[in-house]
Amino acid sequence: MPMSSGDLINSEQDQSKGTKLLLVDDEEGYVTVLAKRLSKRNFQVKTARSGTEAIRILRNESFDLAVLDFKMEDMDGIEVLKIFKVMEPKMPVIILTGHGSETAAREGMEYGAFDYLVKPCDLSELVERIREACAKGP
Amino acid sequence: MMEKHYYTSLTRNMTLIVILVSFTPLILIAGLIGYYFETSYRQKVMEHLHELVEKHQQLINSFLDEKLSYIKVLADSYTYDELTDETFLQNKLVILQNAYSGVFVDLGVVNSEGVQISYAGSLKLLNADYSKAEWFREAIKRDYYLSDVFLGLRRTPHFIISVKKRRGDTEWLLRATIDFVAFNSLVEQIHIGETGSAFIVNSAGELQTRPGTELAPNITSLLSRTSWAGMAGTGSAEPSASPIEEVKTSSSGSNAVSGIVKSRNRNIIFILMPLKSGEWTLAYLQDQDDAFSEVNRARVIALSIFILGCLAIVLVALFISQKVVGQIQKADLEKEMMNEQVIEAGKLASIGELAAGIAHEINNPVAIMVEEAGWMEDLLEEQELKENQNVDEFRRSLKQIGLQGVRCKEITHKLLSFARKTDPVHHEIQVNDTIEEILSICEERSKFNNIRVQTELDQHLPLISASPTELQQVFMNLINNSIDAIGSGGGLLEIRSRVEGDKVVVDIADTGHGISKSLMARIFDPFFTTKPVGKGTGLGLSICYGIIKKLGGNLTVDSSVGLGTTFHVNIPIHSETS
Repeated sequence: MPMSSGDLINSEQDQSKGTKLLLVDDEEGYVTVLAKRLSKRNFQVKTARSGTEAIRILRNESFDLAVLDFKMEDMDGIEVLKIFKVMEPKMPVIILTGHGSETAAREGMEYGAFDYLVKPCDLSELVERIREACAKGP
Repeated sequence: MMEKHYYTSLTRNMTLIVILVSFTPLILIAGLIGYYFETSYRQKVMEHLHELVEKHQQLINSFLDEKLSYIKVLADSYTYDELTDETFLQNKLVILQNAYSGVFVDLGVVNSEGVQISYAGSLKLLNADYSKAEWFREAIKRDYYLSDVFLGLRRTPHFIISVKKRRGDTEWLLRATIDFVAFNSLVEQIHIGETGSAFIVNSAGELQTRPGTELAPNITSLLSRTSWAGMAGTGSAEPSASPIEEVKTSSSGSNAVSGIVKSRNRNIIFILMPLKSGEWTLAYLQDQDDAFSEVNRARVIALSIFILGCLAIVLVALFISQKVVGQIQKADLEKEMMNEQVIEAGKLASIGELAAGIAHEINNPVAIMVEEAGWMEDLLEEQELKENQNVDEFRRSLKQIGLQGVRCKEITHKLLSFARKTDPVHHEIQVNDTIEEILSICEERSKFNNIRVQTELDQHLPLISASPTELQQVFMNLINNSIDAIGSGGGLLEIRSRVEGDKVVVDIADTGHGISKSLMARIFDPFFTTKPVGKGTGLGLSICYGIIKKLGGNLTVDSSVGLGTTFHVNIPIHSETS
């Protein structure tokens, strides 16, 4: 049964009400628009521009899930992931990665990431993964 | 031009070095051996001649001594009265003539006044007066005398042997005439080669026997200037005059003078030996060329061999250096071609790196664009905008942005595949299966274009290690290209697989329009395409190239315009990357 995009957003809103997300990406433009779109789908989104900023935020707040870019300037994504897993072992992490970095992403899976997606990805696919992760737990 | 000059000078230098290295020892050895051989040979010839002349010297001396001793015996054995008896003398002459046929011509007794008082012989010389004759004046002074050759009263050449005896207060001589012919033949026996001959001269240089050849004036003068200081036949002898320039003299241990004199533009070897206690000289003359004819002949043969050898060396040196330089030239050419290939491969690799970098860089902006478009789509859902008349146009436009973003993603993905940045998992693959699989996918397209597909697959093809998706991509690209090349006009697509050495080879041949020579060098370059804009990315073949190279194989192409194109895929059975 085909669904309009409006219906889609509404159904997503219902299921993910109040889910707290931490979005880590050093690409300003990307992280801003992604945060807006996820907020529109009723997620509580907080953004971090770097690995260090993300760790600082995580120290004061807890989140239901983190979306982590694997290619950042200050810290290697895999290092951030390791620290996340120490600080919040129960928080699922979804990795976003560019083409050709699939190896690193697969390595990330070994360190406890829930899944990985290749940029640019379809938003609905990302939302689907987030929902799965939250339902399943870490 | 420069190249040609380089090879020419290389050939020349090699030839020169080979010639120099071969010639130097050859010339040195030939020169050295030749010199020593010639010197020793000449010495040997001279020694031989010396010996020969010496033997004849002894022979002549003993001949003369013998004849003298007969006369001496005759004079001692019989009294003056007996010898003056003509019948008695005639008897003695007959005995002598019987013993030595033709040597003794006559006998005579001459008194102190020079009158021949008794004579036996064929001529009428009784009472002949010799008082004025030179021989008599010399003979009367000595006990024995051997005269020079002279014509005398009888007008034929002869010489006289005389023995002086005393009878009371008066002296008398017993004399015998020696036939010149008999004596001459003794000397003429010495005849060597074509020009070697001997003769006798007296101290004044007057000939005593006939020389074999006419004598040049300077030789005559040389002979007349030679005197034998050691009269007794021992000690060294020297030419009386200081040697003239062209005369080389040497005196050996035996009483002899030898050397070479230049005469009438010829070098004449001479050997001089004393006879008759130095009063006469036995001279031997021979043309140098004649005497050394053997060594000259040897020299001619050696020289011919030498020249032939040199010629052979030169020819071989030329041949070898040309051949070697030809090989070098060929090797250089191959190297150059190899370099070109390496440069080409390097170029592709660097383009790959560049493309990978660009793909990464483009990825993020594209991701942002897609998300921004998505955000706008989200906003369009707001109620107040729904009534806007252009809202459908906005939606369409945003969807288009999203679609193009996906297309960009595909392009960057392909670029990264070419740059080998992806690392798919390898499996053992049967190439034939992959080909069949792709052909089934393309079946509709080829049928639509009236293309007849022929396969000739080796059923015993070994498995290779590769990524199945990559291999599919390679054959998909190549087969699609072939179908595109044939176009809608129809044609033949042939796919053959076989094993060649340690490689699996797949040929994909089409009867399409072919690839022109000018494009051939660029077909594997990324973004190079002959398809209309929007129809091809120009990445297909470069990705195939990248994949096959990564497997350690090779992708080559043969093509002729109008006839078709054949791609050859080589994949090692034992992949380098496995």
